[in-house]
Amino acid sequence: MLATSLVIALPVLVIIGSLFGGYSPAWEHLIDTVLGDYVVNSVLLMLGVGAGTLLLGVSAAWLTAMCEFPGRRFFSWALLLPMAMPAYIIAYTYTGMLDYAGPVQSLLRDTFGWGYGDYWFPEIRSLGGAVCMLSLVLYPYTYLLVRVAFQEQSTAVLEASRSLGKTLPATFFRVALPLARPAIAAGVSLALMETLADYGTVSYFGVSAFTTGIFRTWYGLGELQTAAQLAAFLMLFVFMLFILERQSRRRLRFYRTGTRQPPRRIALCGWRAVTAVGLASAILVSGFLLPASQLAIWVLQDPARAAQPAFLALAGNSFLLAAIAAACCLLLALFLGYGKRLFPGFAQTTANGVVSMGYAVPGTVIAVGVLIPFAWFDNVVDSWLRETLGVSSGLLLSGTLGALVFAYVVRFLSVSLQTVESGLARIRPSIDESARSLGYPPLSLLRRIHIPMLRGSLLTALLLVFVDVLKELPTTLILRPFNFNTLAVRAHELASDERLADAALPALAIVLIGLLPVILLTRNMASDNAAS
Amino acid sequence: MTQQLDVNRVSVRFGDFTAVDSASITLNKGEIGCLLGPSGCGKTTLLRAIAGFQTINEGQISVRGRVLSTPDMQVSPEQRRVGMVFQDFALFPHLNVSANVGFGLRHLQRRERESRVRRLLKMVSLDDYAGAWPHELSGGQQQRVALARALAPGPEILLLDEPFSSLDSELRTQLASEVRDLLKADGVTAILVTHDQHEAFAMADQVSLLHDGHIDQTDVPYNLYHRPANAFVAQFIGGGSLIDVTVNADGELNDRLGVLDMKSRSFAPGQQLRLLIRPDDIEYDESSAIQLRVVERAFRGANFLYELLLPDGQHVPCLAPSHIAADKGSLLPVRFNLQHVVIFNGEHQVFT
Repeated sequence: MLATSLVIALPVLVIIGSLFGGYSPAWEHLIDTVLGDYVVNSVLLMLGVGAGTLLLGVSAAWLTAMCEFPGRRFFSWALLLPMAMPAYIIAYTYTGMLDYAGPVQSLLRDTFGWGYGDYWFPEIRSLGGAVCMLSLVLYPYTYLLVRVAFQEQSTAVLEASRSLGKTLPATFFRVALPLARPAIAAGVSLALMETLADYGTVSYFGVSAFTTGIFRTWYGLGELQTAAQLAAFLMLFVFMLFILERQSRRRLRFYRTGTRQPPRRIALCGWRAVTAVGLASAILVSGFLLPASQLAIWVLQDPARAAQPAFLALAGNSFLLAAIAAACCLLLALFLGYGKRLFPGFAQTTANGVVSMGYAVPGTVIAVGVLIPFAWFDNVVDSWLRETLGVSSGLLLSGTLGALVFAYVVRFLSVSLQTVESGLARIRPSIDESARSLGYPPLSLLRRIHIPMLRGSLLTALLLVFVDVLKELPTTLILRPFNFNTLAVRAHELASDERLADAALPALAIVLIGLLPVILLTRNMASDNAAS
Repeated sequence: MTQQLDVNRVSVRFGDFTAVDSASITLNKGEIGCLLGPSGCGKTTLLRAIAGFQTINEGQISVRGRVLSTPDMQVSPEQRRVGMVFQDFALFPHLNVSANVGFGLRHLQRRERESRVRRLLKMVSLDDYAGAWPHELSGGQQQRVALARALAPGPEILLLDEPFSSLDSELRTQLASEVRDLLKADGVTAILVTHDQHEAFAMADQVSLLHDGHIDQTDVPYNLYHRPANAFVAQFIGGGSLIDVTVNADGELNDRLGVLDMKSRSFAPGQQLRLLIRPDDIEYDESSAIQLRVVERAFRGANFLYELLLPDGQHVPCLAPSHIAADKGSLLPVRFNLQHVVIFNGEHQVFT
């Protein structure tokens, strides 16, 4: 098991190891020119998205968890919908709507009779635009965690504050918000990890961040080692966020307040209710409804495309790849999760801990980390074969689907492992023990008891990885075999060529499939609410 | 009688902590034993060691002469032929009642298995629930399914880990004696773990009282109450107070409680002893000249439990009928009925 997790950790180890390798002259060039931009832009992105997800997530959570207004039930699940929208897709869509030739500016010009240069309009393809796009689709992380935190706050604590003479706003800022701090920190750091991992949005908007830098160094300069070193610096940022997130989650326990009562929500009426509905609708419309409708409109302009073999082949590739990766992740997760249950010990816990770091590592980093050892292996085998047999083996691992699936497993195994482990944790140890005392050895226990009982968790794990793989852009972009396209890659390529309407079909397909885990999440949320 | 279970000087340690300290129990075929003790006394650890879920550091466990555990060797749980009923019942939620009961019978032919499941369900009066799902059953029914499931493979010994603790307190004692009748009718050898002495007394032939990993006394319930081996047993079973007394010049116990009938047994004058006073050892008597001050009182419905102050400052309990309502601080006339009193010299009982 330890060996499995070492293999999974290999790409990250390679990246970290690259720090201790040689530094090529390209570094001086980087330092002189673009490195400063990478750092500054990445930091600005993090600050902006941090503030954005904080503002959107906390206000959405406060409204739906603690207030009562028309449509609250609807908004409490609908506000999760933007999760289905990958950042790079919302970025193309808004660009299509807001750039010079788009419907908004055209309408302005027609209405006021303006011409080019007569008026000022914010440039969407900028750092600020990227911050907005990322905030709009990443706030649900904060929303989800903070909402639960608000719901778990005992009403009595808030009432105590009010009976001690604090007004409602003062209670919010002095009691409710500080109590939710760990949840806020955890949610924001998850959103920031996604921000650092983002490649599609920043590259499309021409913002020089770490991920685009890694791409340019590898494709433009052909410097794999330097790209790996850049990736290692990116990992430093990620690692800090990872620590922050873990610590916040640990602190969450200490912030529980007494027994849980069903929260007595503050009834909003009059202009307050209108404001609440307006705010919630604005978030929902701009984060999901508007871009999704725009995609649908583009698709409907030429619906026949959906049946064309080119699109079907794309979809087939994507589904096949996602299904294989999801199945691999599930098998490994069962192996690791079950191993830890059977032989709980330091080694297993460490192994699973190492694996569960995967979700924090940006796809770009993993791709480079997979590329280096695989290329090395190919070269060694090739030169050995040339020397001994006089034949060339060419590329055995690099540029194959195998390499791509491996990278997906590294990145997403943690998702399925977490699901499987939490499912296993719900099966009490006495269930295992009673089956064993009834004469079943451990392996038939897995088949007869655990797998049937875990069916729900296993399906969830499959689905989550399937959808994540389908949406994943940078890993696929770097590691895909030559001329092998997926929905995400094709959408990105078409959009980069300014063929936004053509990109809409694969993009909409991704969004629709991305809805599946959101539905799952809202169903869980509903059953949690029913249980409380 | 053949010896069914032999636990011989078994110790279990977790690091520096000794959870079970050289514990020994033997049970004959058809006997029901009980491990009784407060939480953390090691009773569940010992039970899990017998079931094979816990390795042992010293001693030996054997069932019908077959060695199951030594410090160097462990027969795995599935090969022990030991049945277990868990505290939370641990029914398999994805299987219905008859599949749960038949789970341990996979070695049997289908027809044989079905008839055995039917017989067991009939035995626990759940024959109408064969197709029901665990979550559809009440706590008491789930408990009976767990019992039937554990008995199905015909285990050589049945282990019950706090089997009644998740049920209503009124049901417990009743269920305990029902389960006892069931096991007795089937000739099952069993060990029960509990912290509830009423459960223990209702079910077991012999009770082992555990305290800090040690078995303080193994005996029939009557003797645990009337002949406790030490002060801990005395206080855990039945409650009461231990008070210090000094032997008078005549070798009698006559310390503010009147002279005790020691049945010709005398003590050295001046010897310090301790008397166990059970609540029913001191009775209300309105004609009595002895009046003790009420320190505390608790209404129990059928009676009052008073805590009274002796002249030397020690406290004793007194059970009085429920219509005798004396206020805190007032005086209560009482009579001592100490003819079956338990006397300790240091930690150990002086048998009278």
